[in-house]
This record gives sequence, C-alpha cells and structure tokens, in this order.
Amino acid sequence: MPEPKDTGSGGIGVYVCHCGTNIAGTVDVNALTEYAATLPGVTVARNYKYACSTPGQELIKRDIHELNLTRVVVAACSPCLHEKTFRNVTSEGGLNPYYFHMVNLREHDSWVHTDKKAATEKGKDLIRAAVRRVRLHRPLERKRVSIDPNVLIVGGGIAGIHAALTLANAGKHVYLVERDATIGGHMAMFDKTFPTLDCAACILTPKMTAVKSHPNITLWTLSEVTQVDGYVGNYKITVKRKPRYVLEDACVGCMECIDACVYKQAKVPDEFNMYLGKRKPIYIPFPQAVPQVVVIDRESCIEFKSGKCKKTCVEVCADRKAIDFQQQEKTETIDVGTIILATGFFTFNATRIPYYGYGTYPNVYTGLEVERLVNAAGPTSGEIILRDNRKPKAVGIVHCVGSRDENTNRYCSRVCCMYSLKLAHLIKEKTDAEVFNFYIDMRTPGKGFEEFYNRVAEEGTHFIRGRVADIYPDPAGDGHLLMCAEDTLMGTVRKIPVDMVVLSTGLEPQPDAQEVRRRFHLSCSGEGFFLERHPKLAPVSTFTDGIFLAGCCQGPKDIPDTVAQAGAAAAEALALIDIGYIEQEPYTAQVLEEVCSGCKTCIPLCPYQAISFVEEKKKAEINEVLCKGCGTCVASCPSGSIQQNLFEDEEIFEEVEGLLAYA
Amino acid sequence: MAEKPKVAFYWCASCGGCDETVVDLAEAVLDVVAAVDIVFWPVAMDFKRKDVEAMPDDAILATFVNGAIRTTEQEEMAHLLRRKSKLLLAFGSCSHLGGIPGLANLFDRESILQAVYCESPSTVNEEGVLPSVRHNDNGHSVELPGFYETVRTLGQVVDVDFYIPGCPPTARILRTALQTLLGGELPPKGTVLAPDYALCEECPRKDSKPVNLSISQFKRPQEVLIDEEKCLLTQGLLCMGPATRGGCEAPCVQGNMPCTGCCGPTSRVRDQGGKILSSLASLLESKEEGEIDQALATIPDPAGSFYRYGLPSSLLRRRKLPDSNLEPPKVR
Repeated sequence: MPEPKDTGSGGIGVYVCHCGTNIAGTVDVNALTEYAATLPGVTVARNYKYACSTPGQELIKRDIHELNLTRVVVAACSPCLHEKTFRNVTSEGGLNPYYFHMVNLREHDSWVHTDKKAATEKGKDLIRAAVRRVRLHRPLERKRVSIDPNVLIVGGGIAGIHAALTLANAGKHVYLVERDATIGGHMAMFDKTFPTLDCAACILTPKMTAVKSHPNITLWTLSEVTQVDGYVGNYKITVKRKPRYVLEDACVGCMECIDACVYKQAKVPDEFNMYLGKRKPIYIPFPQAVPQVVVIDRESCIEFKSGKCKKTCVEVCADRKAIDFQQQEKTETIDVGTIILATGFFTFNATRIPYYGYGTYPNVYTGLEVERLVNAAGPTSGEIILRDNRKPKAVGIVHCVGSRDENTNRYCSRVCCMYSLKLAHLIKEKTDAEVFNFYIDMRTPGKGFEEFYNRVAEEGTHFIRGRVADIYPDPAGDGHLLMCAEDTLMGTVRKIPVDMVVLSTGLEPQPDAQEVRRRFHLSCSGEGFFLERHPKLAPVSTFTDGIFLAGCCQGPKDIPDTVAQAGAAAAEALALIDIGYIEQEPYTAQVLEEVCSGCKTCIPLCPYQAISFVEEKKKAEINEVLCKGCGTCVASCPSGSIQQNLFEDEEIFEEVEGLLAYA
Repeated sequence: MAEKPKVAFYWCASCGGCDETVVDLAEAVLDVVAAVDIVFWPVAMDFKRKDVEAMPDDAILATFVNGAIRTTEQEEMAHLLRRKSKLLLAFGSCSHLGGIPGLANLFDRESILQAVYCESPSTVNEEGVLPSVRHNDNGHSVELPGFYETVRTLGQVVDVDFYIPGCPPTARILRTALQTLLGGELPPKGTVLAPDYALCEECPRKDSKPVNLSISQFKRPQEVLIDEEKCLLTQGLLCMGPATRGGCEAPCVQGNMPCTGCCGPTSRVRDQGGKILSSLASLLESKEEGEIDQALATIPDPAGSFYRYGLPSSLLRRRKLPDSNLEPPKVR
C-alpha cells in the first residue's frame, strides 16, 4: 500500500499574479482571489502585480511562516518560465519545494481568451484543480549524479576543433573523434572566408595543429562512434577505429612514400579537391592535414588488390616501419561525462535539379568545387580553368540551389548568398570575367555582410533578381551555356550566355543524421537537423542531458556562428564538469516491485532505454538516472504498477475532477 | 454451544454461476456448513424475504451478494441485506464490476426491451406488450419490479465491505476469502479479496513472452492453431491477463484460451479497459495511421473485449443517454 498522504485540512496559500496586464487585463484577478479563498483547505488567497518579483516572492515566504502554510499554489505564467522560481520560494519559506503547484493562468487563459467573464470562470476552474491536486503532493528530493570530467566531441570540423581547444585549454580531457583521415572539415576546403576574405586555411590550420599537439586532446581520425550507453555524467562510448595502414606513431609525415609509390602518376580522383584533381593510393588529403600522417586507400592500392606490389613505399620508409598492411580495425571504449556533437552538414546534391545540368554539362560547377578551383593549393593551383581547359569570360552564379525550393528544401541555407558574393568577387579578381548572380532575395544580415554586397556590386558584378529556370547549351554552338531566368525587376525573361555556371548548393543534414540521432538518443527537426532543446534559450543543449550541439549539424550557419556555438557548447559542458554533479528532477517513474507482474509491456516503450527486465526477479526495473519522467511506461503499465512522482494517478484524477467539478 | 455465525447468499442480475462456486467448494462446503449457519440462500434453501426482514439489524455476519443491480427489487434487497449484515460482500464479477449484464449499459432500456420482447426472431408479440411495473388484468392488479435504465454494481448502490472477484470466482479464491473472513484480522474495508498483481505473475506461459513484443494484428481463438506453451499475446490473441487481477491461477490460459479479464483491474487501476487499450496500442507494430486502423479493425468488438466485465464500474460507466440524465435512475 502507498504511504498515507497528507491531505491536510488547511494550510494552502493561493497567489494570483496580475503579470502586469498580461493576466489582469483579461481575467478578474480580484474575483479569482475571492473565489480561491472559499475553496476547502485554502488558508489565504492574495493577488499581486508581479508574483515573480522580489516583493512578490517575499510575500509568499512571509505567509508560509506566519500562517503556517503547508502548500503553495501560484496562478501566473507557464511553469516553463517560473515553476523553478516558485519552487525555490516554497523551499526558502521552509517547505519541501514540491509542495507547490503552478497554474498557467497566462498561456492557458488570459492570452488565449478575450471574454473577461468566461476567462475568469476558466481561471476559477484551473485554480480549483490545482488546489485539489496540491493537497496530495508528497515531499520529493532531487538526486545528484556525478559528472565524469572527460568530454567526447564527435566531428573534427571547425566546430569540433574550437570546442575541443576551449575545453582542453580549460584543463579537461577531450576525445575528438573524426570520421575522415584528417580534421578540418568543410572549412579546410574553402579558399577565402566572407566577408573579410581571410584565407580559410591560414586561420584554420594553426588551430588544427594545436589540436594535435595539445596534451589534453586525444585525436582519433578514421573513427566513428558506434554505441552510446549510460547517461549524463557517465556515458560509455564505443568507438570503431578503422585502419589507416600507416602507424600514426611511427609516421613522421615526410611523404617520401607518396613519391615512391609504384604509381608514378596520381590516378585516383581526389575527394578533398571535389574529384577535380588526382591523388595516389597512398596520400595525404591536403598538405596541412592533421594528423600529418599518410593514409592508404585499400580500393586503389595494388598491394591490397593483388598482393603482388613491389611495396616501394615500405622500402623508402625503411627503419621507420610506419606502413602496416596488416593493420586491423580496432574498437575502443571510453568513459565520458558529456558529449558535443559537431557532425556538420552535407552539401546538396545538384543532380537532384536536372534542369541546371550539373553532371551533364561539364562547365556547371558547385560552389564547393569552385572553392577548390580558386584555391592556390587546389588542383589548378588557383587558376580558374574549366573542364574544357578554357578560361571563363562570363560566369553565372545561381543562388538557392536546393534551398527555398518546394521541390527540394524549403529552408534558407543562410550561407549561400554570402558565399556566392565571395565567389563572384574571387572569380572576377582572378579572371576579370563578367559575373552574373541570379538571386531570389539577397540575404546579407551579418556584420559587414551588406557592406560586402555593396563592394561586390561596385566591382561590377551583375545582379539579376530571378530564379534560373533552365540552363542549356547555346544553340549558336559556341560552347556557351544559356542561363534562362525571369528578371523580376525588369519584368522580362533573360537568356544570358556564360562559359561557366556556379550552383550555390545549400546545406543539408548528413545522410546518416538519423542513425546518429538514434545512437545519441536525440531528436531531429523536420528538415533532419539535430533538434536543440529550446530554439532561443537552450540553443546548444539537447533533450538528452549532457549532450550538446555545435555547428551545422543543428542547422545551416556560417563560420562565426559555428565557432560561437562551439564555444557555447564547450561552456555548457564545462559548467556541468566544474560543478561536478547534476541534480535530477525527481519526477521519475518507479516500478512497484511487489506488484509488478513482469508482463514486459513497458520495456520496449521507454524512449531512454531506462527500463530493463530483471530475469532473477522476473520484474521490470527503471534506472532512475536515465528516466526523464515522460510517463510513457506509467500510462502503458496494464496493472498500474508503475508510479511517477508528481504525476501519481490520484493526483491527476484529483486535478481532473477539480477541473470538471462545477463551482 | 455458542451460536454459529450467520451467513447469507443472494442473487441479483447474474447467471447463477457464482452459486455454483459455493457448490464447487466440494468437500470444503461441509467445513463451511459446519462453521456457519446459512440463514438465507434463495437458490438452494427455502427462506423468504420476510424471514430476513424479521431479523434484527446486523444479525448476519456476512452476506455474499452476486449479480449486478438492475431492478428495483434488487436494489431493495441490497439495502435490506446491507442493514441486516455486519459484512456485505460483492461476490463475483457482476456485483463487483457490473459483469456481463453491465454490457447493457451500451444501450438504453427502451432498445433493450424492444430487442428482447419484440425484435428477437423467436418472439411472437404482435401487440408489442412490454414489461411494466403495474399490470391490470381482469380487475386484478399486479406490481412487478421496475427495470432501470442503467446497470450498477453492488458498490454503486450500497456500502460494500469486501469484493470477491471472478466470473465466477474460482473455488480457491472463495476458499481463501472465507479463510480471511473467518480467521483473525480483517483487511481494510473495500479490499478485493485476491492478490493485487496482474495475472501474468502466475501465468504458466510468462517466460515465453519476449521483451520486445510488437503486434501487427489480433486474432480470434478460432482463427489460429494456438501453441499451448507460448504467451497468447505473442500469438496475436487478445489476452487481458496483463491488465487483470490474478488469483485465479489462469484456468482459461491453461485451457488454451486467452484471459477475458473477469477478475477486474488491480487496486491501482480505475479503468481496466482503458489500461489494456493503452498498453496494447503502444505495442502496435505500425506507426502509420492507416495500418494502425487496420490492426485495430481485427478486434471486432472492442467494448465487449476490453470492458466485458467492468463497463458499469469503469470511467465510461455507460453510453450517453439522449437526455444525458443519468441520475436518478428512471423506473418504468
């Protein structure tokens, strides 16, 4: 039998907040207060202009002391906003903080109604329900869980790098896990960054080397997280480390093996250069790659394909013995307390819009390909040479490819306008070509962005407001592509002949974002980006405690925003680590062990994997630390043998009956 | 010799199966007879209402009333027996929860009388005569019990001390209940005299139920060759066991038929049907609305499946009447 509840014959204080005119403008707060005072068990009912203000809080505390209140009801705004405030007030007044219940008089009543009389009646119902429920409240205690100071960061782009360095500089140990052979991510592929035109590599590579040399960072490239167990403060992570076939500790990065490879010419399309250049089977992704360790590509290496290679690479490596064709995949398990996901984005696949001709017409490029073309370290050493070896005299840049489009993605990718302007500037600077930017709306809402737009316009780039409808070879046959668009400012259809088309492709979630989401127990927004806990007030937190987001895995953003978010995620992790423990809300669920029939209904339903079946007892058991108090198991338990603190059946029934009882 | 405690049995809206249980005690019934004096048992012994009326109040130690309350006579008897008894026990599903007669709450009195006295294929009633409280024939008038719109449990009509569940209660449940009553300390008033866990606890097939059960469609017993070892729910049969109080030792499941829920919910559940619905719905394999509808369509009689024994005592109580005037019950 459950312990008897203190349903007390009195001692309830009811406080009706005006919230300025937010509530008092639509609800008769005096009538509510008078009504509340008549309810059974209510000792005092008052109203106050701002209950959350210091004098408002003091009023409640004083009443608790002077009138010996046992329960507190505050009818004010949403519990999301001030439940914590008033629980603290209740606690400071000397009562258990959970001897409190909040009525959402603002969002549930005054803000959604205009009829003052009806809204006042509804307010009475809501208060009556709360008064009846609060009597059944039991004292509850928050539990503390200790936080392991180690941090896992997934993804070694600029977001992961920045977060890792911030945490490592604060003296915390970071495991940075990167899927590719080098860290650096997309930023390493960019030439210049908007709007300042800093060289991306120049500002990024020092941070990359700092990661490698930092004593507090364990960097694992070619690695992926395969399993996440545990809970905030105590995660157990399984990482799969794929073989590089080159021993990281032994390789000194001299790259003599690359020269010595039996392939005299580089023949393999080079991923880092968007397949515009070639590399050898043994290679380093780019000169400043971190770690500065070569990697062997199994698919193209002759030794792996035939087993009959002369292995000139091994010869030249000599005593260093860094090359190991026998290297196997390894699995590591690590304990961390917090996790930052910085898994980045995927660029829109331009072949999905066939009428832009990407993949059909050789001189149609994506923005990222052009980044590599204009880059001095790129496949053309920074010269813009088309696939047919010409230099372009006219270039068209199409904004919003795969963004703001009903057929692909509805959202704005945020960075394309600015990088299109940047590419326009760089192309003009390098080729003196005529550049035409086709845009829907020009979105330049950042620091120095509008100024950059003006500068590019002044440089002579042409801006055409219109969505490009078609791109096709000029029937005149001079190798031009015709770009066809309705110029909505001129009100006429224009066909512009160009040598080169740049598609400013948008940003999408990584193709495996759903898998990653499930592995880390996260939610995704409609577009598939990881969902933050609150769009404004918890933008880097997730619904799973101790897991934070940084960079484009949460949604498209530019480098400054990414770095800011990475810093915020690191700060959130630090806040947990430095306090050393986390307090858990006590409204978790428990299995009433003596009456659980072991029917196993609840077990697969828990979204947090908090319930297990204990074979010896043949009963279900809930891990209190993993439980988030969602109530799914409570509702599903067919014999009512799972009970949730603060949401006990009796409390809910009492509230419902209070709500429905006519005054 | 000290006077033996007096015991009574009465029968309201029910099938009579509960009285069978008393007989099913077999030899043990002799112990009962030896231990107590049966002072009223219309189905088996010749006592009349006036005999009960003649007793002083609280003269009977315990009265076992089976059957739901559906007529004015049943209600009067319930009040009378309450007055004459120290302990009043609701005996069996009908009096405990409403039982099978309680399914009448899916209809109103008018349509029930129409169906039974006019529309049923075997009925010849050209004048459409329906039962009425007063009937005059040749100058003689006779008064009959009135028939309520709504079937109620015993506990909804009078104060009940204890409940004995089951349709009918098994001999073991009755025996255990009698031992509790005759020996030592009584449990708190209102207790159901049976264990408070769900049937799965004592189900012989419990171990065969997987932890990740998901259901794509339900099957009726006649549609499948039922495996005699495996959990019936995993075979797609609608087994009420997880939401039904144990104590019966699963005779239905042992007989290769799913539990239909006669012992009602545990003490922690107010609405057995709602609970099993909530649990089964969350185990449905599909997350697509259309497929979910298809899966649910394989339950031809949801109310009769989930609320077979407990509609009057559930949160639903009954189908809404046109004038939604539930109280006080109308008498024809």
